Amino acid sequence: MTSQIAPAVVEQPRGLFGDAWHTLRRRPLFWVSVSLILLMLSLALFPGLFASGDPNLADLSRSRGAPSAEAWFGYDNQGYDIYTRVVYGARASIVVGLLATLGVVLVGASVGMLAGFYGGWLDAVVSRIADVFVGVPFVLGAIVILTTLNAGGDAGPVRIVAQVVLSISVLSWPVAMRIMRSTAIAAKQQDYVKAARALGASSVRIIGKHMLPNCIAPVLVYSTIALGAFIGAEATLSYLGIGLRQPVVSWGVMINSAKDYLRVAPHALLFPAGFLTATVLAFVMLGDAVREALDPKLR
Amino acid sequence: MVPVAELLEVVDLVKHFPVTRGVAFRRTVGQVRAVDGVSFTLGAGETLGVVGESGCGKSTLAQVLMRLEPPTSGAAYFEGEPMFSLRGAALRRWRREMQIVLQDPYTSLNPRMTVGDIVGEPFEIHPEVAPKASRAGRVRELLDVVGLNPEHLNRYPHQFSGGQRQRIGIARALALKPKVIVCDEPVSALDVSIQAQVMNLLAELQGEFGLSYVFIAHDLSVVRHLSDRVAVMYLGKVVEIGTEEQIYRHPTHPYTQALLSAVPVADPALRGRRDVIRLTGDVPSPVNPPSGCRFRTRCWKAQDVCATEEPALISRDGGHPSACHFAEERSVVP
Repeated sequence: MTSQIAPAVVEQPRGLFGDAWHTLRRRPLFWVSVSLILLMLSLALFPGLFASGDPNLADLSRSRGAPSAEAWFGYDNQGYDIYTRVVYGARASIVVGLLATLGVVLVGASVGMLAGFYGGWLDAVVSRIADVFVGVPFVLGAIVILTTLNAGGDAGPVRIVAQVVLSISVLSWPVAMRIMRSTAIAAKQQDYVKAARALGASSVRIIGKHMLPNCIAPVLVYSTIALGAFIGAEATLSYLGIGLRQPVVSWGVMINSAKDYLRVAPHALLFPAGFLTATVLAFVMLGDAVREALDPKLR
Repeated sequence: MVPVAELLEVVDLVKHFPVTRGVAFRRTVGQVRAVDGVSFTLGAGETLGVVGESGCGKSTLAQVLMRLEPPTSGAAYFEGEPMFSLRGAALRRWRREMQIVLQDPYTSLNPRMTVGDIVGEPFEIHPEVAPKASRAGRVRELLDVVGLNPEHLNRYPHQFSGGQRQRIGIARALALKPKVIVCDEPVSALDVSIQAQVMNLLAELQGEFGLSYVFIAHDLSVVRHLSDRVAVMYLGKVVEIGTEEQIYRHPTHPYTQALLSAVPVADPALRGRRDVIRLTGDVPSPVNPPSGCRFRTRCWKAQDVCATEEPALISRDGGHPSACHFAEERSVVP
């Protein structure tokens, strides 16, 4: 061939994630959200570095004390130091949110991908099962599951967290499954999947190389929203007395114990709620930035 | 012009899609007769043009030939081997012999794979074709063959124009050195100026690699220069099949004549002398095709016999097969 039809500019070759990183690096929003998330993660991993007090030390003589140099965020109704508890509460809130999101996305996305790709009776069975779980109202379902699990009596912090994660995952996976299923059905009919099948590509290869990279973005976006929603769900369940509870400290537990004293001690609600909002916002911003960077068409 | 050895033989190929109603208890209420008894042969190095308007079953024919959809009935033989019964390793082996170039260059390339990965994927699926060490070189070679800069293998499809993307699709189809390439309207999504470039490329590649093409198009003028023989399809059936000369100079089926009369003529002096046939009405639904001859609802020659008796695709007057009771030659294009 004599004629070379090609774009004029020659660029450095990069992979998909290399390109994504190149785009992300220049976005201030990405850096803001990453630093917030890193801060929250270090609170969750090493609370002892940030607060020297005991999160479970209650001194009623200091009940509802205002923020001061000694206690930056003040004291709540029980006389707990709010700063110490906010620092120690990060771990439970973030762990519940992350694990529940991970469970929902892993189960929902893989089941949805298989249902969308293979269709037929597998899709019919999975979709009907998902309908059953969607039909159960979230709070009612969580009450049933958690009261059943709590019937065993006193439980350690690990078991309490695991129960909440499990009940959120069991009740929320159909959402991720439906998102993945519909994108998979759309992607399956794309010509590049036909071309791969004409080449003799196996189902594993088509799912892994062609479907997943093109279907993951909507689930990624959902997971960032879900992460916030699950931290909120944790607070709801804690308020009902069936979610996280003593000895576990979480932002949800703090918000709910503070809301009855909002007028006399607003700081007891504002500080944990502020941390909660900042964390959720950081994850949403990160997800948004990553989604744009991963989509070559938006670059 | 017509080679002796038949590479591909298709016998009475039928593809019906069931029309279902109901959610919980599905029942079949009808059949879309997308392809309804198509037979043809393709020789080595030959190009068969398949022409027909939208919805006549051309693309379904391509899908069934590529075994992307199972046929309802009928048979196809590749080098004498029945194609539709191939399984496992034999099917994989056969996939190397027959490849497809798809219509839309914007959806036929995975947007998340680089051009190098797209063109190199055939080698990953069939590792026996090229050893790992030589693959990068082969990909560059292929890009060069289709007229793209081999340095661009790390780019993504969206960084290329439509014509360039179609070249990438052609490079992917060429990678396994197939004997037959099914071209499913490869240029209909491109600008006219780019169409000619891609058609010329396909013609060059045919000479270079001795390829056979099943070339599907909705426009008779597009396939003319490339095709040795042309099959005209209407509602799932071949209505006329013959050499390029027979179809374009001596068409005998009214539908072919109507299609030819719709081809624009470049020479203004010839315009007034042209015999324009205007078809009325729409293509009938393939769920419930007309009895007898399927074209009779839009045909100016239709008589009672057309509604009762289906015309066979046999040679009558014009010296080549034509499925019309009243087949007669009529020169449409001066």
